[in-house]
Amino acid sequence: MLKIKNLHASIEGNEILKGIDLEVKAGEVHAIMGPNGSGKSTLSSVLAGRDEYEVTEGSVDFLSEDLLDMEAEDRARAGIFLAFQYPVEIPGVSNINFLKTAINEIREKKGEEPIAAKDFLQRVKEKSKLVGLEGKFNNRSVNEGFSGGEKKRNEIFQMAMLEPKLAILDETDSGLDIDALKVVSEGVNKLKSPDNATIVITHYQRLLDYIVPDYVHVLANGRIVKTGGKELALELEERGYDWIKEEAVKA
Amino acid sequence: MMLEATVKMSNKEKFLSHYGMIDFSHDKESFVEKRRAAEKALKGLEFPTSKTEYWKYTRINKLIRESYQLGPADVDSDIDLSVPTKNCLVFVNGYYTDELSWTEAEAGIDFMPLSEAKEKSDKLKGSFDSLTKKEEIFSMINTAYHQDGAYLHLKKGKAAESVYYIVNISAGNQPMSNPRNFIYLEEGSSAKVVMKHISANEGNSFTNQLSEIFVEKNANLEINKLQSENDDAYQISNDEVSQEGSSQFKMNTISLGGGLLRNNLNLDLNGEHIESWMNGLSLLHGKQHVDHHTLIHHREPNCVSHELYKTIADDASTGVFNGKVFVHPIAQKTNAYQSNANMVLTDDASIYSKPELEIYADDVKCSHGSTTGQMDEEAIFYLRSRGIGKKKARAVLLNAFLTDLVEQIGVEHLREEVQSVIDKKYSGVK
Repeated sequence: MLKIKNLHASIEGNEILKGIDLEVKAGEVHAIMGPNGSGKSTLSSVLAGRDEYEVTEGSVDFLSEDLLDMEAEDRARAGIFLAFQYPVEIPGVSNINFLKTAINEIREKKGEEPIAAKDFLQRVKEKSKLVGLEGKFNNRSVNEGFSGGEKKRNEIFQMAMLEPKLAILDETDSGLDIDALKVVSEGVNKLKSPDNATIVITHYQRLLDYIVPDYVHVLANGRIVKTGGKELALELEERGYDWIKEEAVKA
Repeated sequence: MMLEATVKMSNKEKFLSHYGMIDFSHDKESFVEKRRAAEKALKGLEFPTSKTEYWKYTRINKLIRESYQLGPADVDSDIDLSVPTKNCLVFVNGYYTDELSWTEAEAGIDFMPLSEAKEKSDKLKGSFDSLTKKEEIFSMINTAYHQDGAYLHLKKGKAAESVYYIVNISAGNQPMSNPRNFIYLEEGSSAKVVMKHISANEGNSFTNQLSEIFVEKNANLEINKLQSENDDAYQISNDEVSQEGSSQFKMNTISLGGGLLRNNLNLDLNGEHIESWMNGLSLLHGKQHVDHHTLIHHREPNCVSHELYKTIADDASTGVFNGKVFVHPIAQKTNAYQSNANMVLTDDASIYSKPELEIYADDVKCSHGSTTGQMDEEAIFYLRSRGIGKKKARAVLLNAFLTDLVEQIGVEHLREEVQSVIDKKYSGVK
């Protein structure tokens, strides 16, 4: 589904990603871990299409298309979803209108008719249950005045509504207490299918107790320095990141 | 010698000489007296300059140097007034135009041209020109040289069913006009009014409008002023409002077109338990310059005033807001809220914002806030990351910025009209 080859990216002249190789297949969950400043958020930003990052080398194929050539909105329409580390507050735009606009823009680009009001409301009802919202946020402005936990639940609700092929969860666990973490993880797990894939970006192992990855990659200094199974996450939790960095230097 | 004499005329004299041809012989004596008093006052008044604090951000040189003429009282072209109401008075270049107007009388409501009311209304005779600022040059020009305007009078307890429309049209070559309105709501009455300013011409025009508005006890009045003239039109507008106890008044000023607009809105709260709203929505483009000056006097205790002005300035346009809240010593328990929020879409657009509070009572709640910013790029990226295109994302955010003001418009048809202008204007935004 996603093939990243030798990806280099900079912001304001500073190279952050220094040759990332990663392949994600349908049905898989990949965790990307790493210390602060290792390039985790840069990777998610580059994949989602933030303009301020410059890709200097390498390629990213998504469903056999050149992802780097696409605008952010086209990536979303093609099936990429980024759950933001810091979801943005948008005063004056109700959550429900926001989602309806997004769904209809995506449908329009595919040459489909706008979604019927009844079908839309049915979908809202069904999907909001996944994250324990039951339509609670519908008429509130997007993320405005939401608690940290509410914002993250709203991200997963949007993901459920948009049914992406590849979801990238950027530090979704940050700022969550354990109960919110469980709710969010359950939501993600319920959305998992053999046809979609998930990349979980996190600093801590605890999220991976709930969203169990097939692969764990360790990112350090702009490169993936180690890849393993879910047990690698536990090892990192116990030993920290320093030994990985040392190993990487030796290699 | 003649030539020399002409050269020596001041800007003011030259400007006022345009009005010399107006024939006021039909006016009743008491109104002629008011005109003469205003003409006399004008001798001691000068046009504001860049040194005049009240006009600091608005230069009127280009306005007063133009040469205008009294326009025809009719329009050539077919114009679509799109006014779905039973009562609409239309004025072309300041003159009442019977063929374009229509009315369907409601019991207890008088709605007629001011010229007709001068013959019939005692209230008009007694209160005409009582609210105008005698030191304000454009108010005095209007009093001295006004042509016609609308007169609306609601008798005690009367709730208007129809929306009352007052439409002013600029037509022909370089027209000038001095429309004068008089609105009087007796105790316990209520009405909604729309004042619409449009152009049926291209090029310059000058409209100097003045309204005197009396809202008696327990009365409720909403005025929506829609300014959508062409981008070479100049307009100066003075709205003088006097409110008595427990009355409610709302003014929504919607500025969409016009080259140079200056709106002075002055509210006098003369009783207790009054509630007032002053709202402004300005969507500026090109080289438009729109200046809103508001002044509210809280003269008695226990009143509430709300003020919300928003401007979106595109291209090389300029928005000015100066809002003054004056709380008199006796006016305890005053609640006054003022907010001015602006969005600039380009580097060439400018905003000048000056909120002023003068509070002489100690037990009051007053707040004011002013913000000016650009489009929130992070919010745009958020919307795009959900599949919403760049243009649509901007439109969504601009709409969201304006939505609370659009909701303030209590006339459904007008609200829809304004919404559709917003949709059209920003759907293709850069």
